[in-house]
Amino acid sequence: MLGPVVWSFYGSFTNAALTGPAALNPEWIGFDNYVALIGDPDFPKSLWLTVVFVFLSAVVGQNVMGIALAGLLRSAVKPVRSITSTVVVAAWVLPEIVAAFAAYAFFHSEGTLNTMLAGVGITGPDWLYSTPMLAVILANIWRGTAFSMMVYSAALAEVPPELTEAAQLDGANGMQRLAWVTLPVIRRSISTNLMLTTLQTLSVFTLIYVMTGGGPGTDSSTLPILAYQEAFKFAQVGYGTAIATVMIIVGAVFSVIYIRALRPEVD
Amino acid sequence: MAAQMTAPARTAPDGGAVGRLAGPRIKATKVAANLVLLAIALLFVLPMAWVLVASFDAEATLSFGLPDAVTTANFSAIMTPELTWLPLWNAFVLSAGSGAITVVVAVLAAYPLSRYRMRFGKYFLYSVLFGTCLPITAIMVPVYALFVQLNLLDSLPGTIFFMAATSLPMAIWMTKNFMDSVPISLEEAAWTEGASAMQALRRVVLPLMRPGIAVVFIFVFVQAWGNFFVPFVLLLSPEKQPAAVSIFAFFGQYGSVAYGQLAAYSLLYAAPVLGLYVLVTRISGSAFALAGAVKG
Repeated sequence: MLGPVVWSFYGSFTNAALTGPAALNPEWIGFDNYVALIGDPDFPKSLWLTVVFVFLSAVVGQNVMGIALAGLLRSAVKPVRSITSTVVVAAWVLPEIVAAFAAYAFFHSEGTLNTMLAGVGITGPDWLYSTPMLAVILANIWRGTAFSMMVYSAALAEVPPELTEAAQLDGANGMQRLAWVTLPVIRRSISTNLMLTTLQTLSVFTLIYVMTGGGPGTDSSTLPILAYQEAFKFAQVGYGTAIATVMIIVGAVFSVIYIRALRPEVD
Repeated sequence: MAAQMTAPARTAPDGGAVGRLAGPRIKATKVAANLVLLAIALLFVLPMAWVLVASFDAEATLSFGLPDAVTTANFSAIMTPELTWLPLWNAFVLSAGSGAITVVVAVLAAYPLSRYRMRFGKYFLYSVLFGTCLPITAIMVPVYALFVQLNLLDSLPGTIFFMAATSLPMAIWMTKNFMDSVPISLEEAAWTEGASAMQALRRVVLPLMRPGIAVVFIFVFVQAWGNFFVPFVLLLSPEKQPAAVSIFAFFGQYGSVAYGQLAAYSLLYAAPVLGLYVLVTRISGSAFALAGAVKG
């Protein structure tokens, strides 16, 4: 009796996801959306902004920052270690809407960042209007680094110290040890983490929506924002669904790559 | 930003073997590492510190600054039933509801996956893993269309079920990992005594994995509590919306003037999540438990 319940719950999820492909149902949507999508100048722009956002904030920002923090934390004294990791994790644990408000206030033209810059004699720009992408990318790094930091902390703790010591005795400097010993040993964690942060960042909505609303104009409208705006602001649910379908396909491709990388651990 | 900050610490231990023998060199590296970390911590804490300080500031601005007059007026201004308590209650109903449903279903789904070698078990696990990866934001527009057709829009139970469904893949995955660590020999003993599979699950397995279940429940609860986008799309009437959505509406109406109240509201809303996170770290004995569970 409970079996069908399990399946219907799980089915409700798959069904929901499959509604994307069902957008091809000609009854009320049709192919026109995809034709319009390709012709719409907002779409390639939004796709490009999404790629920039994911690449800079997740692939580069969170991962480099995460691995750097994890490495530094190992050589830090205990109070510094606990203060830093608590603060970084706090930004991650905070509900996303609160984090978005905090980032909004930080980057606002009268916000903390510009007050600090004014303190050293620089007049900061209005970050949210003149460089909206930079602001949301930095905000997402701020919010997401904790996850990478935790994954890499666990990974670094499992690197056998003999390996780095041997390299050190052979005369390898810090950079060389990192590039030729540590990174190859933890490459599994790196690929896993790259995948996870990429997928999380792909679906970031709240942070951007609260900070810039996708604006000015469409200068920070990544795919989730564009899909939302088309569907609800301009009441083109079908068109929004078409954008969502593109996102699901992108996400699915990444998921398949990720699962393939993890396969031996599942079996 | 990241590259600049880490550059000094990484290049500092130059000349490895020499540095190893020379004590002061190591010391300098350590001091540099600690200073860099403190600088990063300061940068990370500033946006959050604004929320804390502004909520007690009578004349809060968008910039971090020590208040001239410390006050709790911001809190008393927002602590009205329709502004705070009802949305917080809604958020609690949503989170606890989807947490409870998810845990029950996840346990029932994880038990056979963990205990039997099934022909489809592997494919099921792959599809579960696949489900955890899909961007939820992407499916919201189709889900909205689906909810309109099913006449579930603006329905609290409908939203609870949807949120439970979206958190299920991750919950099944985590529960299976926790369940795998319960030794099967205990159940075999129960079966010999004549217990059915369900009895063995309830009397033997569940009590042993109580901390694991608590972690899964809190994980789902925290996710649902912080979820903004799903209720934002699926719930329309203000008296049904959870705190995450009403806080956003509040920001839209008064946000440009009443920063102090916005910050106070944010603080009230964020506090339970922070508390639960501390609780999870206590239960599982490690601050990295959630990440570990996510790592699978």
